[in-house]
Amino acid sequence: MAVEGKTIDALSQFELSPMFGVVGKAVSFSQSNGFMLLAVALSAGLMLVSARRGALVPDRLQALGEAAYEFIAGMVRDQVGDEGKKYFPFVFSVFMFVLFGNLLGLLPYAFTFTSHIAVTLALAVVVFLTVTAVALMRHGWHFFSYFFPEGAPVWLAPIIIPVEIISYFSRVVSLSVRLFANMVAGHVMLKVFATFVVLLGGLGAVGPFVAAMPLAVNVALVGFEFLVAFLQAYVFAILTSIYLHDAVHLH
Amino acid sequence: MNERDGFEERLRQARTHQGLDKPPEKGGALPQSPWGYGLRAGVEVVSALVVGIVIGLLLDRWLGTWPWLFLVFFVLGSVSGVLNVYRLFNPRSRSRTQ
Repeated sequence: MAVEGKTIDALSQFELSPMFGVVGKAVSFSQSNGFMLLAVALSAGLMLVSARRGALVPDRLQALGEAAYEFIAGMVRDQVGDEGKKYFPFVFSVFMFVLFGNLLGLLPYAFTFTSHIAVTLALAVVVFLTVTAVALMRHGWHFFSYFFPEGAPVWLAPIIIPVEIISYFSRVVSLSVRLFANMVAGHVMLKVFATFVVLLGGLGAVGPFVAAMPLAVNVALVGFEFLVAFLQAYVFAILTSIYLHDAVHLH
Repeated sequence: MNERDGFEERLRQARTHQGLDKPPEKGGALPQSPWGYGLRAGVEVVSALVVGIVIGLLLDRWLGTWPWLFLVFFVLGSVSGVLNVYRLFNPRSRSRTQ
């Protein structure tokens, strides 16, 4: 599929195509939306199953759900403090959505919705707006003192305030681009090396032996991609908590 | 009665967990490897620069002052990129946690 006319086609895996026939086409329901719904259903299902059982000695699913819960609850408690408990559902939802998006994308024939900048940018904007709303609700007008640190000389204000505002807005870009770039780079590398396997495999007698090298690289890359899938969901969640800490404590 | 042995310890853990006692101070838990720092620093610089350039271009198109505000915000974007990297190593929220 990736080899058409002996060229490397690593980007067509990110193309959107409508799902569910005529109805899906009419409402532009792409496979990206389908996998988002699947990620929501799977993460909600995991939590429902593990919460309903409530056994003292958990079975595997319950242990998985409790491990995820404890992981994020501990992160929010460490980063935001006790006031952060009420924001735990938000951070946990974002984490599970990104994590399932990354992991589902590693299955063969699956689509990685976190590899689209539109999706990650929307997630980052939601985080940014939530954090800003939290800061405004907790501190009111005092929030704007965030852009001018106490004790700085007043004549520096024309420089410090624009720089702080740009720095504040750059959170959206860095949060979205980090996730997007990691997922795209990983999937492009997987596809490129998979194409090498096919191209080199057709080189006659030596083909299978030469093709084993990119195949070995791909095996290592798949393992690496699982690490990246976890790590990027973790980084997204912990940066959300750090921003929440800034919003709650303001300086 | 094995239950009583670790009672104080478990009580303390439970109280910390519920926020009744102050937990011991912990640093950030972001990836601390050189590669982690390097990649984060790169993303922070570029994103601050991008935001600065976009703000400059939009203001220029609105006020018709091309290219002056673009140049100003290019410089401001670079400065906040450096500021972001500085914050990476010295988070200001840690200095006064209250």
